[in-house]
Amino acid sequence: MSGILPLRLEGVSFAAGGRTIIEPLDLTLEAGASTIILGANGAGKSVLMRLMHGLLAPSTGRVAWRTEGPRRRQAMVFQRPVLLRRSALANVVYALDAAGVPVGQQARLAREALQEVGLAYAAGRPARVLSGGEQQRLALARAWALHPEVLFLDEPTANLDPGAAREIEAVIKAFDVAGTKIVMSTHNLGQARRLGDEVIFLHQGRVAERAPIEKFFPRPVSPEAAAFIKGELPWA
Amino acid sequence: MLDAVVSGLRLVATLDLRLWEIVGLSLAVSLSAVAFATLIGLPVGAAIAVGRFPGRQAVVVMLNALMGLPPVVVGLFVYLLLSRAGPLGELGLLFTPPAMVIAQTILVLPIIAALARQAVEDSWREYEEQLRSLGVDGVRGALTVLWDIRFSLLTAVLAGLGRASAEVGAVMIVGGNIDGVTRVMTTTIALETSRGDLPLALGLGMVLIAIVLALNAAAQIIKDAAQRRYG
Repeated sequence: MSGILPLRLEGVSFAAGGRTIIEPLDLTLEAGASTIILGANGAGKSVLMRLMHGLLAPSTGRVAWRTEGPRRRQAMVFQRPVLLRRSALANVVYALDAAGVPVGQQARLAREALQEVGLAYAAGRPARVLSGGEQQRLALARAWALHPEVLFLDEPTANLDPGAAREIEAVIKAFDVAGTKIVMSTHNLGQARRLGDEVIFLHQGRVAERAPIEKFFPRPVSPEAAAFIKGELPWA
Repeated sequence: MLDAVVSGLRLVATLDLRLWEIVGLSLAVSLSAVAFATLIGLPVGAAIAVGRFPGRQAVVVMLNALMGLPPVVVGLFVYLLLSRAGPLGELGLLFTPPAMVIAQTILVLPIIAALARQAVEDSWREYEEQLRSLGVDGVRGALTVLWDIRFSLLTAVLAGLGRASAEVGAVMIVGGNIDGVTRVMTTTIALETSRGDLPLALGLGMVLIAIVLALNAAAQIIKDAAQRRYG
């Protein structure tokens, strides 16, 4: 293995505006297994992923990849994709160009990525007039083109109808099959079961539980996770 | 009064050569000034919007305040700069159209830069995470946003053009309102009104308003088309 994984978080915490969002935690993410980050709203899922991805700097501790310069080996797909006012194809080309891919290869790689997510028909269309599901698939194509080792997904289907969500899940599966490590937050427990191998359960900025998916759902160990699964929030 | 309006319309309709020379020079001066101010103002505005540097807040306040620069003060400043004894006196630009372009560029630059700064900053909030995730930051991010909202920035450019085409003070001072050389629409209107030649003043006034209207209409059409096309 010459990859950037494992990713180690050592004593990482994050506070903003006088409020602690992530309590000091140690975590290691290995290659392979797809990791699902679960937790109630405000548990710190999005912040944790942004710390891992490098969009936020930790208040304490450090985020360490196995090798340096990981920026181009990891990608992130957000709840609401931000697409540029240009064609779908040009959006993917932009990402490739930003990643330093030689100009001669950009168009070919971009077309392959659109093909992969089932958007080849929309290559020439302006990205911002695509439907919500198509926009999210385009965001996935933008990530696919970079062939990242790690893909972070922050509630990628939260704004989509079930049909569009299934298409997104199919693409995420394809990343997994292609060897990309998936780290995804979601509110959809069915989706967590379908896509995940292990669960990290966050509660009020702490890792309350980390378990393989086949253990987590039938027999959660922590009371917070048990309550979450039952749909009962512990503070209600 | 009515006679003056009719005569003014006749001047416009008969394509009075003298009148059209004045209109042509006005457009040439103001459009050049806006072009220069756009080339400088958009990147400067974007840089301030995206940049994080000490004193940034003060720069923003200063830039916004400069939007209200009085044209006569800009005219005076450029006059001093270009007058024979001034630092740029050697160039011999005073009382020439280039001097007027310089004055109007200075006048319009803060308007375009300040409005661009606001527009880019608003959009940057939306784009920043995504662009940083793609490994884009700083200059490239600013240029990306600038290009992505280019149709919205038309409004900033139009505001600058409105200012340039409407002002009298700066072009009067640095141009000197010399007949056939530096006489533009606004200075002519001011002069002819004080001399009592109302038809010419009114005719020019109508042309000035028509041009401003046409440019704004064209920009609106472009913006709407872009909105439909690109979302």
